[in-house]
This record gives sequence, C-alpha cells and structure tokens, in this order.
Amino acid sequence: MTNKTVLHAKHLEAGAKMVDFHGWEMPINYGSQIEEHHAVRRDAGMFDVSHMTIVDVKGKGAKGYLRHLLANDVDKLKVKGKALYSGMLNEQGGVVDDLIVYFFADDDYRLVVNSATREKDMNWLMSHTAGFEVTITEQPDLAMIAVQGPNAKEKVATLLSDEQLAAVADMKPFFGVQAGDLFIATTGYTGEAGYEIMVPAEQAPGFWDRLKQCDIQPCGLGARDTLRLEAGMNLYGQDMDENTSPLAANMGWTISWLPEDRDFVGRAAVEEYNRSGKEKLVGLVMEEKGVLRSGLTVKTSAGEGVITSGTFSPTLGYSIAMARVPAGTGDTAEVEMRKKWVTVKVVKPSFVRNGKKVEQ
Amino acid sequence: MSNIPAELRYTNSHEWVRPEGNGVFTIGITEHAQELLGDMVFVELPEVGSAVSAGDDVAVAESVKAASDVYTPITGEVVGVNEELEDSPEQVNSDPYGDGWLFKVKAEDPAEFDELMTAEEYENSIEED
Repeated sequence: MTNKTVLHAKHLEAGAKMVDFHGWEMPINYGSQIEEHHAVRRDAGMFDVSHMTIVDVKGKGAKGYLRHLLANDVDKLKVKGKALYSGMLNEQGGVVDDLIVYFFADDDYRLVVNSATREKDMNWLMSHTAGFEVTITEQPDLAMIAVQGPNAKEKVATLLSDEQLAAVADMKPFFGVQAGDLFIATTGYTGEAGYEIMVPAEQAPGFWDRLKQCDIQPCGLGARDTLRLEAGMNLYGQDMDENTSPLAANMGWTISWLPEDRDFVGRAAVEEYNRSGKEKLVGLVMEEKGVLRSGLTVKTSAGEGVITSGTFSPTLGYSIAMARVPAGTGDTAEVEMRKKWVTVKVVKPSFVRNGKKVEQ
Repeated sequence: MSNIPAELRYTNSHEWVRPEGNGVFTIGITEHAQELLGDMVFVELPEVGSAVSAGDDVAVAESVKAASDVYTPITGEVVGVNEELEDSPEQVNSDPYGDGWLFKVKAEDPAEFDELMTAEEYENSIEED
C-alpha cells in the first residue's frame, strides 16, 4: 500500500514528479531539484514532511522514560519549548533511529522520528515503557511543512496572527512553540534558518497555498537530500543504522556521558566502542569532474572505507560525500571513479552553512 | 508525454541524431532521457578528431542522480563538440534537441542514419519501458 500525505494533490497540481519513499508517494522535484536547492540557500523553499512520525510522550514518568531511552539526556532541557537531537540506541549500541525531542514540561514531551522507521520506532517506544508511568500517542492528524532559507521566517511572518508573531518573536534555534493551531519550531534539515511547522491536516492544503503565494518555492526530496548533505546532516538508513555506533556516525556529540549513573539503553556498548572504536564518519571533497556516490569504496592509508552518502553540491559546484573510514584516516583518500583512482580531500562532514562554504 | 521531433532518428539508448548535410550528424540525448536522469551536473565529451564506431560509449552525461554513458549511433570522425556544456550542463535539460546537443560526427557511411529508429518507433519503445 502506498501512503499519501494530505498535500499529495498540491504536489500534483504543482507538476511534481512523484516517487515511492519507503511506502510514501512523495515529490522528488517540481522540475529542477538544483533550482529548488538554490531557492533554499538564497531565498526560501518549503518541503512537505508530513510523512514524518510525530509522537507525544506524557505522564509522570515521561522524563525518566526518555532519560532511559535516549543517548542524549532530556535533563538538559530546562526551558519550555527547547528541543534536543538524539539517537535512540539498541543494547548493542547501534542506532535504532535519530530523532528530535521537544520539552514542554517534565511530564510532557513531543518526539519527531523518521517515517521510514515508523513501525519499528513505535514498537521500540512501546516495548520500553515497563516501570514508567507514561502514555505514548502518535499524532497522525498533524501535517508538517518545513520552510527553510534566509527569507523563510520573514515570509512566514506575513501569514501569522499577532498572537503567533508574539510567540515566535526572538525564538532561538532549536525551539518549538504551540501558537494557535500551529506548532512552530526553529528546526530544519538544510543548514539554513527557518521553521518546521506542524499544522492540523485539514488546514494544511490551504496553508501550503498561502505559503506558495508568498513566493516560497516548493522543494522535493531531491533538494532535501543535497541540502542536508551540504549541511553535514545524517540520513538514517544511509549514514547510520542499527549496526552503526553513533560514534562511527559523527553523533558522538549527541551522547550525554554524564551523569555516569544514567543507565540509557546501549550505554555499555557505546562506552566499549569509545575505548576501542575503529571507524569514524568524515566528509570527502572532490573538486574535479564526477560525482561521489554512496557505496563506493574509499582507500586510505589506514585501510578501506565506504561512501555512505554522496552527491553533487549545487552550492559549491563540485562533489561532496560522507564516508565511514578507519579511525586513523588522514587528510586524503582515494576513490575509484570510472575505473581510475582519484585523490579526494578528507574533511569534517560539514560543507555549507547559512548559504556559505564552511572553511575547513 | 515527451517531445519526440519527427525529423530526427533515435536509438534504444535514448540518443537522437539530426542530419546536417555533407554526411555530418548532430547527436544528443532525448527529452525522455534527460527526464529520467534529472538535473545534469557534468557532461564529458569526446575529443574532436577522434574516430568513433557506432555503439562506442563516447560521452558521459552525469546528473544529480547517476552517470550515464552516451553511445554514438554513427561511425566516423568527431568534428564538433558542444563546449558550452562545460559551464552550462543544464542546457541538456532545458533544450535537449537544441542548445543541449552533445557532439557531431562526420559519417563514414551516411546510410547508417536510415537504419536508426523513427520518431514513431522510438515513442513505442519508451512506452514499453
């Protein structure tokens, strides 16, 4: 069965080319994914991300439950609306999924998890409730639209009520607030400023139209992928999965090691990996012609690795990639491109931020 | 439905061929092919003066999605390449039968053209895909 978001008809109306994305029929582009990419870097673009899974976690035991379930520590969240990025690990220290958690109160949180892993995630969440007084409720009737780019906030502001404008005024990055019918968050997956907005499904098509009237470019999954890769953001299932340690996926910063007695799922395994870790996730840059692609072998002085995500960077004009390589990898590596080995630069996996090249 | 100009000839591998007179033929990829590939980011072209045989992979069209070999449908000598594609590969997307042409071949045997697929035959072949 193929799922459709509530905005499906809007995508067809706009001439989108639709593809199957893990059981969801989603737009890959509306003509040119490179133009959509540039719209987000230079102006404003919007993405239908209604396929993502929104889950509310409530109850007296909510905080204790999430401190047990997530590698990052929700105890860091003290201000209402603050969000946190975290991995959810299995006992072997692999990544079950990556997610964003919003804090409203110690008994009230909201998670946004990946759509491709929805069923697995829901089962995982449900199977770890023992001993915690907690209710877990999926919110399938919320659509979600990400509006991203240097002019995104300004354009969205023209559609907000005075009450909503007051709610988002001075909102720092990585916060979310319920404002009237909208849940507006300063999060995203592009490396640009902007919002991710949850809107009741029945209002979503009208809201999408009004955003479009503000000259916000609809963008598909193609541009979403090149934008997140330029920003150095992982894609679950590609850059990490259940068999990958977060430490081998550039997610070390999302693990809260202290306090030492916080017993989160997978703790013993990631501590062991931290002592003996063999691999790391790096960025690759190839300034000559050609495009680095996922699955290609990477040769380094410390051994072989593999490209987990690769693309042409529309902002930089050459190819970039993320690769999992031996921990001892130096400043260069070699990749086989069309039967010849090409030397590529090894950099931190972050290439573009706020429209500008990240100097390495 | 893709645009398939009636005056051109086509191949199974989605190249088009236009006779320019004097045994010279211009070759590019079809609108259908560029739609399948998506936004073009690099185009590698053959060297002018090189000898090519029908069926050789002589060029590469690389898009955000994939690198695709381009085969010459005509045997002969490469007498021109579209140098504008170096800086503007997107012309293959925006104007596949015009500014997005790839290379020109002076044919050894101009009759090779007549053996290629007509527009109608090509249209039927892509409907079967």
